[in-house]
Amino acid sequence: MTEAVRRVWAVIRELTGDDAYERYLAHWRTSHAREGAAPLDRAAFCREEQRRKWEGVRRCC
Amino acid sequence: MATTVAKRLPRPLSAGMWVAVVVLGTFALAGIAFNRGESINAMWFIVAALCIYALGYRFYSAFLAAKVFALDSTRATPAERFNDGRDFVPTNRWIVFGHHFAAIAGPGPLIGPTLAAQFGYLPGTLWILIGATLGGCVQDFVSLFCSIRRDGRSLGQMARDELGPIGGAVALIGVLAIMIILIAVLGLVVVNAMRHSPWATSTVAATIPIAILIGLFMRHLRPGRVLEGTAIGVVLLLLAVFGGGWVDKHETLRVWFDYDGPSLALMIIVYGFAAAVLPVWLLLAPRDYLSTFMKIGTIVALAVAIVILNPVVKMPALTQFVDGSGPIFAGKVFPFVFITIACGAISGFHSLIASGTTPKLLANERDARFIGYGAMAVESFVAIMAMVAACVLDPGVYFAINSPAGVVGANPADAVAMINSWNYPVTVEQMQMLAREMGEATLFARTGGAPSLAVGMASIFSSAFGDTLLAAWYHFAIMFEALFILTTVDAGTRVARFMLQDIFGNIVPAMGRTSWYPSVLICSGLVVAGWGYFLYIGTIDPLGGINSLWPLFGISNQMLAAIALCVATTVLVKSSRVRFVWVTTLPLVWLVAVTSTAAWQKLFSPDPGLGFLSHADQLAAKLASGALTGAAADQAPRLIFNDRLDAALTAFFLITVWVLVVETARVCYASLSGKPHPPLTESPHVPSRLVEDWVRD
Repeated sequence: MTEAVRRVWAVIRELTGDDAYERYLAHWRTSHAREGAAPLDRAAFCREEQRRKWEGVRRCC
Repeated sequence: MATTVAKRLPRPLSAGMWVAVVVLGTFALAGIAFNRGESINAMWFIVAALCIYALGYRFYSAFLAAKVFALDSTRATPAERFNDGRDFVPTNRWIVFGHHFAAIAGPGPLIGPTLAAQFGYLPGTLWILIGATLGGCVQDFVSLFCSIRRDGRSLGQMARDELGPIGGAVALIGVLAIMIILIAVLGLVVVNAMRHSPWATSTVAATIPIAILIGLFMRHLRPGRVLEGTAIGVVLLLLAVFGGGWVDKHETLRVWFDYDGPSLALMIIVYGFAAAVLPVWLLLAPRDYLSTFMKIGTIVALAVAIVILNPVVKMPALTQFVDGSGPIFAGKVFPFVFITIACGAISGFHSLIASGTTPKLLANERDARFIGYGAMAVESFVAIMAMVAACVLDPGVYFAINSPAGVVGANPADAVAMINSWNYPVTVEQMQMLAREMGEATLFARTGGAPSLAVGMASIFSSAFGDTLLAAWYHFAIMFEALFILTTVDAGTRVARFMLQDIFGNIVPAMGRTSWYPSVLICSGLVVAGWGYFLYIGTIDPLGGINSLWPLFGISNQMLAAIALCVATTVLVKSSRVRFVWVTTLPLVWLVAVTSTAAWQKLFSPDPGLGFLSHADQLAAKLASGALTGAAADQAPRLIFNDRLDAALTAFFLITVWVLVVETARVCYASLSGKPHPPLTESPHVPSRLVEDWVRD
């Protein structure tokens, strides 16, 4: 895979939210790792994320 | 996760290049505007539109960003200041653009231009281009700007803060009303596409189990694997299109999917209620993924097909219906073209998105220009393509598909005779042939825009990508529109439910708990009953319902835009930008003029085709004199009541707009003359740490 393809693929994954869990883990490691608790597992994170995302106006006419 | 501080725009192209864009744009636009009688190529529309958006973006939005809003890249955005890794996340500008565009692009820009094509291609095209560059894009941009400077607050909160409690309350109720009308009219568009069409109905029905399947897949089998789930879903949806064709040919199965309008309306009502109370992951979220992908894929394919095929626009520049005698909806070109095309030119709804999730993601304030102004320009381009797809049809065919039976007659021969009398040639055989090609029993009186757009898209797609699959392309287009209309139905019902719970929560606190099941059931039920009523009445209305509901939707959507512009105007005045206040007042004055004229005519026009009250009176007189018999006589009281209800809603919208305009004028006057008024609520300047060129002292 060339660099350009890899970058496009990364953008597609970020746009669609496909890499949300990886991004969460990265954020957790930098910001919350020292708090002692373990990060959410994939399934729990996705549940939480979906609940959060649908709490507002998401669609337009 | 420093995905962010995006690259600057490429340096402005040379002046010579921009002069070329101006010349080309002027030439293309003049070609469209002054062409009479000769056939004109769709390419001119694309070229004119692209040039105008490029100029608007390059010059007008740069002026807004630099002079009017003075966007400041050294100022920390809410995403940076409140970065919580969840709602507030500094995000790459392209990613934010993608999210923002996916949220603002709905079925509206596909339907409005198709309906407005009854005036000819010119009024709608000009309004889409001018309305977007000077109105719609500005509204989205300024809403985003105001929200970023206010910690990402919503339009309702900003209206309350800047204008006072009246402004806030009016904004909230306005949003609720627009939701109800919007969902009803979109539901009606789907019903008109599915009426007595087993192929369309079975394909659209199949999208429900497919969404549930993907929901289960992404919940239990492969959590969060959006791309895998979507890929499977898209394949299944394409199979459903062909499966529908098989159902249509099957003697017994086809009967199960053959329904009239009112039955389909009841099914959508039941479905809407189920979707609103079921968990989000099961139906709403997977449907949303699928429809977003389908939408973007189809729009890109349509653009490519139009460029490859370069179809000839057959609709005249202006039709005789600019005088108000149009069959699809009543009313003269002013103000009704500006009401009919709301999304695509200026759509108040966008201000909710621009003050919702988007401002919480911007890493740099200066990205607001690209996202606020730029995304709306792309949305507007979608509207131009919908206009092209409607105008490449023979005008006779266009009117045969879109004219309701109550206007041209239910019998094909009568309808054709009537359309021919307007000088748009079409024959019964031609329509039968077309219906057979599209795999339908009939295409007459399929008002609403989706079927004629689907015929236009099917003919464009099949010419560009091979013409063996005309019927499949048609049903693909229907499925794609129905998919994201139903997504709007689900998501809209849910949002309206939250708002209702919020309102009731002020009276009974338990009702405000969004997860308390009795409250969920009651509020969802009320919302569904609201739009379900309008939807059902629309299906029994001999004039097709679109005729009365679409203008109501347009008026309410433009009203919401007026609210956003009112808030923005007070912000500009209070923040010593009075000399630039024309930026928002220009579109505001236009919108108020348009909505007020349209609302006034819908209320008090003596023409029963146009005025709600005169239509009610006419129907009541007919009923009293015994001119109505059978089903018509049974339905008349309901239609009369509905007319009066529509009139009441229109009056409510009219009053709302004017209350808000007066409030705005009052606050602006108070601000200018030093009288007491709600203060500017801009959050203080905090220097950004994300900007590399920020110099520490």
